[in-house]
Amino acid sequence: MTDGILTLDAGALSAAVRSGEVTAVEAVEAYLAQVAVQEPEVDAFLSLDADAAIAAAEAVDRARASGAALGPLAGVPVAFKDNLCTTAFPTTAASKILEGWVPPYNATVVDRVLAAGAIAIGKTNLDEFAMGSSTENSGYKITRNPHDLDRVPGGSSGGSAAVIASRMALLALGSDTGGSIRQPASLSGIVGLKPTYGRVSRYGLLAYASSLDQIGPMAATVKDAALMAEVIFGHDPMDATSLRAPIPALVNALMEGVTSFRVGLVSDLLEVASPAVASAVGRAAATLAQLGAKVETISIPELALGLPAYYVVAPAEASSNLARYDGVRYGFRGNGETAEEMMVASRSEGFGDEVKRRIMLGTYALSAGYYDAFYLRAQRVRSLVRTAFQEAYSRFDLLLSPTSPTTAFKIGERSEDPVEMYRSDVCTIPSNLSGDPAISVPFGDEDGLPIGVQLMGPALSEERLLRAAFALESARAEEGER
Amino acid sequence: MTSGISKADVVHVARLARLNLAPDEVAAHQEQLSRILDLVGAMDDDRLAQMPAMAHTQDLVNVLREDVAVPGLPREMLLRSAPDVEGEFFRIPKILGEPE
Amino acid sequence: MTQWEAVIGLEVHTELKTATKLFCGCPNAFGFEPNTSVCPVCLGLPGSLPVLNAKAVELAIRVGSALSSRVQASQFHRKNYFYPDMPKDYQISQYDVPVNAGGAVVLRSGKVVGIVRAHLEEDTGKLVHKGGDGRIGGADYSLIDYNRSGVPLLEIVSEPDISSAEEAKEYVSELRAILVATGASDGRMEEGSLRVDANVSVRPVGSTELRTRVEIKNVNSLRSLGRAIGYEVERQISEYESGGSILQQTRHFDEASGKTLPLRAKEEANDYRYFPEPDLPPIAPLQAEIDRIVGELPLLPAGRRVRLFGLMPGASSDQVEVAVTEEVWPYVVAGIEIGVAPELVLARAANELAALVGNAGFLTPERFAEVVALEERFSPSQVKLLLKEAVSFDGTVDELVAKVGLSSSGAEDVRAMVGEVVEANPEEWRRFVAGDAKVAGFLLGQVMRKFGKAISGAQAKAALEELARGAAGL
Ligand SMILES: [Mg+2]
Ligand SMILES: [Zn+2]
Repeated sequence: MTDGILTLDAGALSAAVRSGEVTAVEAVEAYLAQVAVQEPEVDAFLSLDADAAIAAAEAVDRARASGAALGPLAGVPVAFKDNLCTTAFPTTAASKILEGWVPPYNATVVDRVLAAGAIAIGKTNLDEFAMGSSTENSGYKITRNPHDLDRVPGGSSGGSAAVIASRMALLALGSDTGGSIRQPASLSGIVGLKPTYGRVSRYGLLAYASSLDQIGPMAATVKDAALMAEVIFGHDPMDATSLRAPIPALVNALMEGVTSFRVGLVSDLLEVASPAVASAVGRAAATLAQLGAKVETISIPELALGLPAYYVVAPAEASSNLARYDGVRYGFRGNGETAEEMMVASRSEGFGDEVKRRIMLGTYALSAGYYDAFYLRAQRVRSLVRTAFQEAYSRFDLLLSPTSPTTAFKIGERSEDPVEMYRSDVCTIPSNLSGDPAISVPFGDEDGLPIGVQLMGPALSEERLLRAAFALESARAEEGER
Repeated sequence: MTSGISKADVVHVARLARLNLAPDEVAAHQEQLSRILDLVGAMDDDRLAQMPAMAHTQDLVNVLREDVAVPGLPREMLLRSAPDVEGEFFRIPKILGEPE
Repeated sequence: MTQWEAVIGLEVHTELKTATKLFCGCPNAFGFEPNTSVCPVCLGLPGSLPVLNAKAVELAIRVGSALSSRVQASQFHRKNYFYPDMPKDYQISQYDVPVNAGGAVVLRSGKVVGIVRAHLEEDTGKLVHKGGDGRIGGADYSLIDYNRSGVPLLEIVSEPDISSAEEAKEYVSELRAILVATGASDGRMEEGSLRVDANVSVRPVGSTELRTRVEIKNVNSLRSLGRAIGYEVERQISEYESGGSILQQTRHFDEASGKTLPLRAKEEANDYRYFPEPDLPPIAPLQAEIDRIVGELPLLPAGRRVRLFGLMPGASSDQVEVAVTEEVWPYVVAGIEIGVAPELVLARAANELAALVGNAGFLTPERFAEVVALEERFSPSQVKLLLKEAVSFDGTVDELVAKVGLSSSGAEDVRAMVGEVVEANPEEWRRFVAGDAKVAGFLLGQVMRKFGKAISGAQAKAALEELARGAAGL
């Protein structure tokens, strides 16, 4: 059995650990062996702790031996994006300003995942403070796409995506502010779910843009993503924006198919995609239709306003969220004769270029004289986008689009041009602005580079999204077998 | 809307954000911010004036906590990650002037 | 020569009397060891999120109702500025939609001072300046204690309706009384739970212009407030009269010199970049909730005055002012409610009782009422004695009377007994009446020897003193 550990999905591995067929230590060792081989090439982790992982696995095995009931992720190796607070690992958000900072508390999601029996392998790389679409903006290192080491894994949750794609862990958590789970999932050939805003507690997530940020699962399969979602969904009294909605049985619903679904293929987002991506999305639409869904094309021109609105709202909130990194209480402190000089030095030396750019942009958009033209206007665009979505969701259960306009691009290819980089998020941003859920699922490739398609739905429709994603994934698998 | 940003604006914004920019950085930020502002300035729609400004995606209201004390964190734990401490306090260089 | 008048608006920050801070469960308490009432939220640690304290909202609405404000749906905003005592480098405050809008405070004089708003916000930590002259600007370095960070504040902003230092003091003391009466604040200025900023300008009498105003920051006693405003008004008048002008600036009051001095000029205009706090959904109190809070409001100082003057149109206003204070009022109410003559209740409450409150022990309002009611049977001095004794006596009124020794003989009887002894010792009595306290012992000894089984020493002493006052014509 231990030889096949790496072939088991999270549900199967945890079942094997619960039944005693595989020990948690065996499971973790199999993954650590994989880390030893892959990590030197992929560079996905900012911190790794093999000893701690083994110790945690031993604890799970001891718990089982003592007859304790094990959780749904018993023995499953997981990785956390490094913007989630963990007491067992430093938490840096890939920023030099937090180098070596060990939080005195765990994020709520981290507690939930660990309470479910999962074993934390390490913390994954990201664009500094989640600001980027390629993981090239990390203050520490560049993570490579396991499908092509010259290319980016996407971002900002690029480390988590690469970890899953190279099977260095079975499940990972990412955060998605404008597509940061879905776009790297698409570029790295894995599944990434951005839940409804408020579904998952943000307590312990280092805030980038508070009204847009949402934590979600990244996994090799739809079923694994659904399993992780069940563990992390649910109300948290520590987050005032957390929803009280009941958690659906997501894994059990996967097989229910798409027969009754009305699916809208969003033409406006197809138009921005490369031919290969557009054609993959077209095939996904055809597949859903074959499986019994009613697919029609829909144009939602308002979505085009999402990109500019996002690059006002997100930097505005970020400029405020990142003010606290001032060298006074924690993190990096620069030199200065006065408190003021010290704060300026800490921030100027501690933050990277993209972070500074967004702080400046957001500060400008909120400042006297520009507030109405930028910030307020962007908030109105959010209403417009939400209204347009509501209108679309009155006619469709789900919307289908590309996740990213292109497949993975070369390292360095877009990093000199922020505006070009920003356009990577054009398909994913609208769901963040409206707070609705969306998922990216692999569907084909272009010359070996994965292509993801995006399914979007109204608030709290995760079950529907996962069912449709599962249908697409299963259809691809069958195609592969033929 | 074309939204070129002046060098003076860049310097002013950096000052508000407590960032220090070298002269060549000012120029680089001016160029990039101008291009980004051109991108984000393109928010145009006849219906915008009628749209309410949306600050939250959920229609939650009155999310309140009972006034019941819960233990905080041990002081040592907090001071441990501080860049500079003196006794029981966080320590910083001298302050010039009052808050605004 | 031009006659000048002051135009003053006050911003009062009061700490709300909650058990925990505004956005976290840390105890809201004064006098903790430094940095021991802190958590990730009030230290602004990365990843932490605020959750609003229901009690703070309730207290804010209570105060708003007491000020006749419009209680309304509100939203927190972030006020962005950098300062080391503020852990997130933004303050969560209310901006364009405060929980309470409008309202008024009616001063003793009858003058009405308008209220602009009364909104919720979080307090900052505390800086201690070290080395050098120990003052900000002159220190070598600073230390920070974040215990106060996140303590709920209500900021009450008045209209510029106040026209003198005296009136400013009157306004603050009236507002303080309202805050204490509503249970929103303990009103302790010396502990910083009430802090006042004053916006001061002057103008020629009769004009309606608003001239450049100066903000005096953080005055921490009523006396200082009066001195600071008094100084600032004079300074502005003499500046104008000598042809100068006033700069818009922030000044602080220097206790030692009695002067207001400018704070270091700001390098930049304020630009707080307010925006709605994304981590906090709006508050929208239900009308039923507001009605409940209004229904539970106690009678406020102004209402208390109306009630007392209604009962006693000629009452001494000094006595009334003592009677309407938070500490004394429950005693007054108890006395009036069991039917004691209001004049008597007011006199005992404003004098004897007021001297005891804060240290009243077993002397509850109910007991106070019962004792004052005895003044039909006993003399005033005996009642005063009973009040004093009641502080440390845990028993019924009858037991109290017995303990003091008043039970076996009525006041008249005791006076008669003492009178007998006085008549028998005219020389000692003359000396005693003339002020020689030493002979009291002799006289009392005589009384006790003769009647000791029937009366108590305390009773005899009270009667002796009363007789002496009568003899001295007091
Ligand atoms: Mg304030
Ligand atoms: Zn706290």
